[in-house]
Amino acid sequence: MEISTQEFKHCDLIKVKGRVDSATAPDFSKALEKANNAGRFKIAVDMSELEYMSSAGFRALLATQRNCKKYNRGELVLVSVPERIREALELAGFTELFKTFDDTVAAVGSF
Amino acid sequence: MPKITFPARFEYLDEIRDLVAQTAREGGFTEKAVYSLQLAADEAASNIIEHAYAGVSDASFDITCDMRGDSIVITMRDTGKSFDMSKVKQPNIKADLSERQIGGLGVYLMRKLMDKVSYESNSTGNMLTMTKRRG
Repeated sequence: MEISTQEFKHCDLIKVKGRVDSATAPDFSKALEKANNAGRFKIAVDMSELEYMSSAGFRALLATQRNCKKYNRGELVLVSVPERIREALELAGFTELFKTFDDTVAAVGSF
Repeated sequence: MPKITFPARFEYLDEIRDLVAQTAREGGFTEKAVYSLQLAADEAASNIIEHAYAGVSDASFDITCDMRGDSIVITMRDTGKSFDMSKVKQPNIKADLSERQIGGLGVYLMRKLMDKVSYESNSTGNMLTMTKRRG
């Protein structure tokens, strides 16, 4: 798994590549928490090069979404969710908890 | 396939998913089904490592993954803490963000992704068996 963060004026774009499972989810969580700890609560997670995500990754997304939406200070949105991952998120009932965008321009522009 | 013993550590989840994918592809499952089988096996193995062997170092567990007819059968055997799978609460997947519980999601996904999930415990350990037929 590889993570890179880009700070824009209105939001952070966090790109996660590779595989997020119980082994790598803690680092994914850390990257999300780091943004929140810096007072950044508008986050777009770019999944275009994500190959795999288990419920350990879903847990990280859920915890961050709760934190971002607190006091209406922001939101976490998902970008370019690969089909298999979207199907798993759907099965878990997670697709209703996150806005999704087809590309990063639309996601970043939504904030 | 003979059983393969894996250390009960998350770093081995990659290998476990590869093992399942290889058997599933050889067995003629579609790539969509291969992903589902990998996810179910990952959730099962993660539960064993995180819960059955909570706080135990140097633990290991055995996995088999075989085609039987047109079905794939994945078994995982551990000697850690057992749990009553029937008592794992089904997560409310329609709950609001604030009430959404993440616990039980792994077992929920396993049940949804596989045709059959069974779990048995006795004095020698715990045995999880998951089966899915090729569509």
